[in-house]
Amino acid sequence: MGSLSEIKKQFQAELKASPKRIKVVVGLGTCGIAAGGEKVFKALDKYIKQNELQADIMSTACIGMCYAEPIMEIHIPDGPRIIYGNMKPETAVEILKNHIYEGKINVGYAIAQETRGNQVIEDIPELKDIPFYSKQVKTVLGRCGVIDPERIEQYIAADGYEALEKALTTMSPVKLIEEIKISGLRGRGGGGFPTGRKWEAAYQSNDSKKYVICNADEGDPGAFMDRSILEGDPHALLEGMALCGYAIGADEGYIYVRAEYPLAIRRLRKAIQDAEKMGLLGQNIMDSGFNFKINIAAGAGAFVCGEETALMHSIEGKRGMPRVRPPYPAQSGLWGHPSNINNVETYANVPAIVRAGGSCFAEIGSANSKGTKVFALTGNINHTGLAEVPIGISLREIVFEIGGGIQNNHCYKAVQIGGPSGGCIPEDLLDTPVDYDSLLELGAMMGSGGLVVMDESTCMVDVARYFLQFTQEESCGKCTPCREGTRQMLKILERICAGEGEPEDIPTLERLCRVIKDTSLCGLGQSAPNPVMATLRYFQSEYEAHIYDKKCPAGVCTNLLKFWIDETKCKGCALCENICPVKAISGERKQVHYVDQEKCIQCGNCMAACKFDAIVRA
Amino acid sequence: MDKITLSINGNAVSVAPGTSILSAAQQAGVNIPTLCHHPDQEIKANCRICVVEVKGYVNLLPACATLVSEGMEVKTTTARVLEARRTILELILARHPQDCLHCMRNGNCELQNLTSAYDLRQTAFSKEPRRLPADFSSPAIVRDPNKCILCGRCTEVCSTTQTVHALGMAYRGYDALVVPSLGQDLLASPCVMCGQCIHACPVGAIGEREQIGELLTALADPQKIVVTQIAPSVRLAIAEEWGRESGSLPMEQLVAGIRNIGFDYVLNTNFTADLTVMEESRELLERITTGGTLPMFTSCCPAWIRFAEIFFPQLLGHISSCKSPQQMFGALVKTYWAEKTGIDPAQIYSVAIMPCTAKKYEALRPEMKDSDYPDVDLVLTTRELGRLFHMTGVNPFNLEGSDFDSWMSEYSGAGVLFGASGGVAEAALRTVCQAATGQELPPLDFQELRGMQGVKTAELNLNGDIIKVAAVHSLSNARELAEAVKAGESPYHFIEVMACPGGCIGGGGQAFTSSNQLRACRIGELYNEEKGRILRNAHDNNEVKHLYEDYLHNSDESAVHELLHTHYSPQPKVL
Repeated sequence: MGSLSEIKKQFQAELKASPKRIKVVVGLGTCGIAAGGEKVFKALDKYIKQNELQADIMSTACIGMCYAEPIMEIHIPDGPRIIYGNMKPETAVEILKNHIYEGKINVGYAIAQETRGNQVIEDIPELKDIPFYSKQVKTVLGRCGVIDPERIEQYIAADGYEALEKALTTMSPVKLIEEIKISGLRGRGGGGFPTGRKWEAAYQSNDSKKYVICNADEGDPGAFMDRSILEGDPHALLEGMALCGYAIGADEGYIYVRAEYPLAIRRLRKAIQDAEKMGLLGQNIMDSGFNFKINIAAGAGAFVCGEETALMHSIEGKRGMPRVRPPYPAQSGLWGHPSNINNVETYANVPAIVRAGGSCFAEIGSANSKGTKVFALTGNINHTGLAEVPIGISLREIVFEIGGGIQNNHCYKAVQIGGPSGGCIPEDLLDTPVDYDSLLELGAMMGSGGLVVMDESTCMVDVARYFLQFTQEESCGKCTPCREGTRQMLKILERICAGEGEPEDIPTLERLCRVIKDTSLCGLGQSAPNPVMATLRYFQSEYEAHIYDKKCPAGVCTNLLKFWIDETKCKGCALCENICPVKAISGERKQVHYVDQEKCIQCGNCMAACKFDAIVRA
Repeated sequence: MDKITLSINGNAVSVAPGTSILSAAQQAGVNIPTLCHHPDQEIKANCRICVVEVKGYVNLLPACATLVSEGMEVKTTTARVLEARRTILELILARHPQDCLHCMRNGNCELQNLTSAYDLRQTAFSKEPRRLPADFSSPAIVRDPNKCILCGRCTEVCSTTQTVHALGMAYRGYDALVVPSLGQDLLASPCVMCGQCIHACPVGAIGEREQIGELLTALADPQKIVVTQIAPSVRLAIAEEWGRESGSLPMEQLVAGIRNIGFDYVLNTNFTADLTVMEESRELLERITTGGTLPMFTSCCPAWIRFAEIFFPQLLGHISSCKSPQQMFGALVKTYWAEKTGIDPAQIYSVAIMPCTAKKYEALRPEMKDSDYPDVDLVLTTRELGRLFHMTGVNPFNLEGSDFDSWMSEYSGAGVLFGASGGVAEAALRTVCQAATGQELPPLDFQELRGMQGVKTAELNLNGDIIKVAAVHSLSNARELAEAVKAGESPYHFIEVMACPGGCIGGGGQAFTSSNQLRACRIGELYNEEKGRILRNAHDNNEVKHLYEDYLHNSDESAVHELLHTHYSPQPKVL
């Protein structure tokens, strides 16, 4: 193999599309595949081969616009890069055909263009101008959806492994840790612990064997930031881990990745093999004498294994249960050796910090939270997908500008940030800057980056019930408050949602929240009450409506709903009568019909069937 | 080392570095409740009942797992702490069957004590006790998973102290459960029936298979002559049943008490302990002189036998063929003793009162019928004897002493030693020395083989040949030595194994709840008793001599062998 810079030069040329050939890129991250991207890719590939077109096709990972998958990009020689969304195999082929034979661009399907210094094509917005992109700052996701993640050369061409080379040739471990400290990088997995200090603690532990562990057990409902990095830019993680290994004095690393991420695992395996082949991992890396080997451990799907001590137990082959700390992993971690654990996004930030310097990284972000954060936008929002934003941006900007606002012109109600360990934030606090400390004050947390947007049709008691259901199912069962307490909270919430809530339920819930938070053994239990505490804090009136008035204001809790027929609108067509599964609706032909409330099971079939909007629900 | 000073509830306390808040509080006379904490076990910090407030920390901290630091300010009585503890207790109770009156731990339950202390009259939570069947599969141990509070103490003693791994945690969260291996019943697991899990359990989730009912039926049957043997370790713990000091009930009063309950004859397992010493010493010398399989392991502990049959089937040839004292006794009581007393062996109902749960299993082993009857009909634990005393209202402390019945009761100090780890080896060495050299061992005490150390070793010079001896207790230590034997790396000639920590005085059938501290007290009392015996060597026991001269030497050799010796067979690890 030649030197890193030679490879870089060679493949940088390749990364720029060849001047005469069209380049077609299809997004094949999990989101793209789920939307049917593979079929699009195959159809295009077949078409190009059959017609012996002057075109190259490649796949990439998630570009962030999951809402528009499958996505196809066409890079025109000496022209712009056009991004098409919502592709079907036949439309994609049709669009390509038009490009090749007629030089025509299908403006209808085009979402954006990147001019790359060429002339702007009319009627297609420029990538830098569309709100989904303009507010983002791509450092971690910079290569995701641009390079082919399965080709190490493309990573190298995009400055890959330069940071490792720089550290190994010009920096001492202490200097490297210092640089991380200067950057102000904090753990992106939830807690926000300063990364440099964590590394320093592991560095200072005296042991001939140390481990670097990557927590890729991304388990929050609605979170897929780490998956996108693993699928889209696996080498960034490997390089970050190798840098950590060099810094703390470890020669071995583990990536604990959930088995539900098969594509990520496949790409990681390939990336590790390729890096080893090129001497960028393994023995005597770049002739520096530094050895670093990375293993993959697939997790079996327990949420609690995202807790660092449970994760280590799981790698060791034990039952995935957390243990009491101290000792912290930096003192006694995997198999009793000092270990450093960070999540995917944290490690993926490291190469850029080392390349450009910590102070450069620290220019982005707020006073105590530096850099960018990737968020996964889901829920009742127009642009579901991944967005990387500078820390300190307001929630309003994320939801309404990047996220494109609420679906179907509904009203915003709340955003759940931090997954089941986080809390919800109501409209009047939307201007809060998104950083570790401000969110904690609001009873939410940065978490790993899941952002679930909810509109007015969401019942906040039901939301609390949903998250509690999740945490109580995922509790490992080791400590009493989490094992028994979350179950009791869930029971109470289920009762309230079923219309059987009692006035004393609210103080009992509050007491359980206090005690579970105060006494649980690990972070899972300590943060489990957060969704209930936050909804009680901002939406207590909804709890009260359920308990005292036996009403669900959002119309979600079916036991509390009533369906009846507006006499002024009913035409007596009997559609509702026929569709009712329990024969609760009756009436003479062409006469007003009535709902027997005793029989009604609140299924809502009648409402969906009525052509005259005569069924009323409340 | 310098002491660390902290404040607990505003009072300054100085303790050694490395002390937990829990221990510091105990030293300062402040009681912090615990459930998952056990003085002989690792810190688990599962139950969270011991939480305290520490200045500067956001959350409450578990006192068991938090080490003190200089200037630390701990509060154990704040409203926040009390609310947390009461809520945790309430949560446990919502899951726990409320049938204390029927529970064998009624009055002796850590959860019940806490519930009483924390003044919990009602719970705000919905009650959802598990409704799983109790596990009656084992002849020795009964588990009621519904009472389990998931503290993890039984699984730790089973997997760490005993390395048996018969119990483990399965399922997660609210469904988490302690189950025997692979979720099977206990009998199908590698459980060796040592009963240490019973002592570990803070509540009534594990206990012995109770057989008081069977005894009462036998006592009431005019056709049955109920003869009991009593093991020496029972006396050392039975006083604890009345809250008195270990070993404070003299043997004569215990015998009188047992007679008062209605037993027809009271005999002494110490007699066959001496006999075991005789047979085992002879076997050891024979193996040494004839180049037999060495090292030889002792065979008097049935939990160890089952452990070896399950985990070390290739070592079964190393185990002495001698039956345990209980089973030698059982075989003789319906043959020799029946002949001596003229009682029809068919009428004899042979009871053994033991510090052990595994003895219940041993008595049921199919080969234990050499008297042509079941050699031992019933085994009761020390605890069951205690319950019998409470039930019948007999308090042996108030009785005049009584002597054992004759022919199978005389005993030497050697027999007494059987109760403590190292005792069997010590007793055997005395007789081996006498047999090999014709001289008494000077001095008789083997201090190296005494005490709570896990592995103890000693050497004996026999006419210039060095005999190397090891004594281990707890099966984790036994496993280590057995592995060495398996690998051909063991330097020893003779290895004594006791499954329970401390030996039989720490047996699974002893009074609730044995800790190592209590075991050490019992051991101290045992050596006091031994020192007081006029006879100290098994070979000086006149009744044993009489047995040999009058009965065994007149019978043919194979019949004798059958009565006093047994064989072992490999057992599957998991069925």
